[in-house]
Amino acid sequence: MKKSNLTRFMVPVLFLIICAIGIALAKPPIAYLTGEIGRRMVRNSFLVLALIIPILAGMGINFGIPLGAMAGQIGLVFVTDWGITGTPGLIVAALIGTPIAILLGQFAGRVLNRARGREMITSMILAFFIFGWYMLFLLNIYGSIIPYKNKKIILSQGYGVKNALKLDVAHGFDKLLNIPIKFPLWDKQKFVLDVPIVTILLIVAICIFTIWFKKTKLGHDMRAVGQDQKVASNAGLYTDKIRIQSIVISTVLACYGQIIYLQNIGTLNTYGGQDQAALYAAASLLVGGASVSKASIPNAILGTFLFHLMFIVMPQAGKALTGDAMIGEYFRTFLSYAVVTLALIMHAYKRHKEMSTAHKLAQQEVKEEK
Amino acid sequence: MQTDFIKKIGWPRIIIALFLIALFIVAPAAGVSVAKSLEDVIGRFGMFSILVLSMIPMIQSGCGLNFGVPIGVIAGILGGVTSIEFGLKGFLGILVAMVLGIIFACIFGLVYGIILNKIKGDEMLIATYVGYSFVAFMSIAWVILPYKNPVSLMSYGGTGLRQQIPVANYWMQSITHADGTRESVGLITNFLAINIGDNLRIPVGMLLLFAIMAALVWAFFKTKMGSSMIAVGSNPEYAKAAGININKLRLVSVVMSTALAAIGIIVYQQSYGYIQLYIAPLAFTFQTVAAILIGGASINKANIVHVIIGTILYQGILTMTPSVINGALKVDVSEVIRLIVTNGMILYALTRRSKA
Repeated sequence: MKKSNLTRFMVPVLFLIICAIGIALAKPPIAYLTGEIGRRMVRNSFLVLALIIPILAGMGINFGIPLGAMAGQIGLVFVTDWGITGTPGLIVAALIGTPIAILLGQFAGRVLNRARGREMITSMILAFFIFGWYMLFLLNIYGSIIPYKNKKIILSQGYGVKNALKLDVAHGFDKLLNIPIKFPLWDKQKFVLDVPIVTILLIVAICIFTIWFKKTKLGHDMRAVGQDQKVASNAGLYTDKIRIQSIVISTVLACYGQIIYLQNIGTLNTYGGQDQAALYAAASLLVGGASVSKASIPNAILGTFLFHLMFIVMPQAGKALTGDAMIGEYFRTFLSYAVVTLALIMHAYKRHKEMSTAHKLAQQEVKEEK
Repeated sequence: MQTDFIKKIGWPRIIIALFLIALFIVAPAAGVSVAKSLEDVIGRFGMFSILVLSMIPMIQSGCGLNFGVPIGVIAGILGGVTSIEFGLKGFLGILVAMVLGIIFACIFGLVYGIILNKIKGDEMLIATYVGYSFVAFMSIAWVILPYKNPVSLMSYGGTGLRQQIPVANYWMQSITHADGTRESVGLITNFLAINIGDNLRIPVGMLLLFAIMAALVWAFFKTKMGSSMIAVGSNPEYAKAAGININKLRLVSVVMSTALAAIGIIVYQQSYGYIQLYIAPLAFTFQTVAAILIGGASINKANIVHVIIGTILYQGILTMTPSVINGALKVDVSEVIRLIVTNGMILYALTRRSKA
C-alpha cells in the first residue's frame, strides 16, 4: 500500500523538481509565468478531463481523442464560413460537432471492441485513419461539393479549406466575463492572471459531470466492466455496449475540449491542430500521477499544471544552459514522449508481474492437488 | 474451394491488387506513362523492401509489429553520418556505413529488446512510444554531437547537423541519360542496372541486395535458433516446456530487426540522395508496418513472400493512385490516400481476431 503511494506521487514530484530546476535556470519574470500558466490551464484542462471516463471503463488512455477534436474543428470551420461570431458561434460549432463526435465515437468504440487488450495502440491508429477522411473532407470535398459562403477560408485553387484559419469566434467564452488580476510582488515582479469565469465554469461543469457520472448506474457498470469484463458480463452487463458508451462520452467531451482550446488560441491549424491533442493530454494526465488504469480529477488538474509549467520553462532553460533555444524545444518534446513511455512501461511491467505471479500460484495449486 | 482460396489470400489483398491493376490499365488514359510508373514502383520496392523485411524477426518471435522501426533507422543514420565524417566515398563508404549502422543497431536493439521483454503483451504500444521518445532524444543529440564535416553541418551559422545531409558526393554517381540530361544515382541502385526501352530502368543492385538479405533471413529461420524463435512466437508454452530461453530469443529477434532496419535505411538513403535527420525517422514506422500487413502478414506470422507482395502492392498504390488521380482529375490526394491505406490496413490487422 505504502509503496503504491510512493510510485503514485513519484512522477508529480519528479516533474516538480524538473520544473524547479528549469525555473532556477531560466529565471523567467513571474508575471510571464503566472499569466502563461493560467492561460494554458484554462485552455487544456477540459481535454485532459475527457480522458478519465474510458480509463474508468478499463480501456486505458483514449489516444483516439483527436476524433473528437476533429469533430470540433469541423464545427468551427462551418461557423467561420457562415460568419457566426462570438459565443453563439461557439455554441453552434459545438452543436455541429456533437453528432459527428457521437458517430465517430460509436465507430471507434466498435473497432476497439474488436481489438480487446490492444485498445490503446488501436485508438492511436484510429486517430490517424480518421485524419485521412477528415483531410479528404476539408481539403477536397469542402468548397467543391459542399458550398461555401466565405471566400477567405478557401484555398486559392477554389476549393478546400486553408491551412490556418483566423477564428471569428476567438475568445467567445473567455471574453464573456474576464477578471484580470494584477498586483505587484517584491522588486519589480508582478503577479498577473486572467480569470475567464465562463470558461472556468465550463471546466468545473465537466468535473461535476464526471463526479456525478461515476455515481450513476452507468458509471457503476462501467467501473465493473473496467475491473473485470468476464465477471461483469456474467452479472448480466452488456460489456460491449458499455465500452462503446465510454468512448462516445470521451469523444464528445474531446470535441467540446478542442473548441474551448481553440477559442482561447484564436487560430485554427486546420490540418495539424488535433495531432498533438492526444499526446499532450495523455502526458498531462500521467504527469499528474494517474496511471493507465486509474485516474482522477485532481490527477488531471495537477498534471495539466505541472506539464504546462515544464512546457513554458523548458525552452528558456535550454537556452540559458546551452545558448540554443532549439535544444530546449527538443527537450520538452522528448520529456512529453518520455513521460508517456515511462508511464506505459511501468504499468505494463506491473501488470506483467502480477500476471506471472498469478500464473505461478495457479500452477502451485495444480501441483498441490496432484 | 473457391472460398478457401479467397480466405487464404484475404479480401483486402484481393481488393488492393485489383485496384492496382485497374490503375495500371487506366494510367495511359490519364496521361501517365506505364513504363515510368513501373520504374517508380520497382525503384520504391528496392528502397523500402529491406526496411519491410526487418519486420519479420520480431513478428516471428511474438514481439508483434515492430512499431519501433525508428530505432533501427537512427542506428543506420548514425552509421551513415559517421562514415561521411571519415570522408569515405563509394562502395567502401556505404559498406562502412552499414557495418557501423549494424554495430549501433546491436547496442540500441539490446536495450530496446530488454525493455520489450519486461512488458510482454504490450509490445506494440510501448514500441511506438519508445520510438517517439528516442527520435526526440536523438533530435537533441543531432544538435550536440561533435561532427565536423561541413557537408553534414547546418550552414549559415546554425549549430548541429542539417535536416537533410546530401550524399551525392559520397554514395552516388552521376550518369548521363540518352537525351543528355545528367542525374545522380545511388551506387547500389545503379549497380548492374538494366535499361528496358527508354523509360524503364531496373535497379538490379538494390533488388540483388534485397534477395541476399531475404535469403539470409530465410536461412536463419531454417537453423535451430531460427526454428526455436518461431516456436517462441507461435507457442510460448510449448517453447518453455522444451527448455528454450524465451527472453534470449526475443532479444535476438529484436536486435536482428533493428540491424535489418539500419541496413534498409542506408539502401533507402543512397537511392533517395539524402540522409534525413530529426523527426524524419518517424515517417517510416507506419509505412513499413502497413506494407507487410498488405502482403498478408498478421500480428504473429510473416514470411518473405508477404514482404515482397506487400511492398509491391503498398508502394504501387502509393505511387500510382496520386499520379493517376492527379492526371485525371487534377486533384492532389496523395496524402489522403497514404493515410487511409496505411492506417486502414493496420487497423484491419489489429482488429482481426487471432486464430489461436
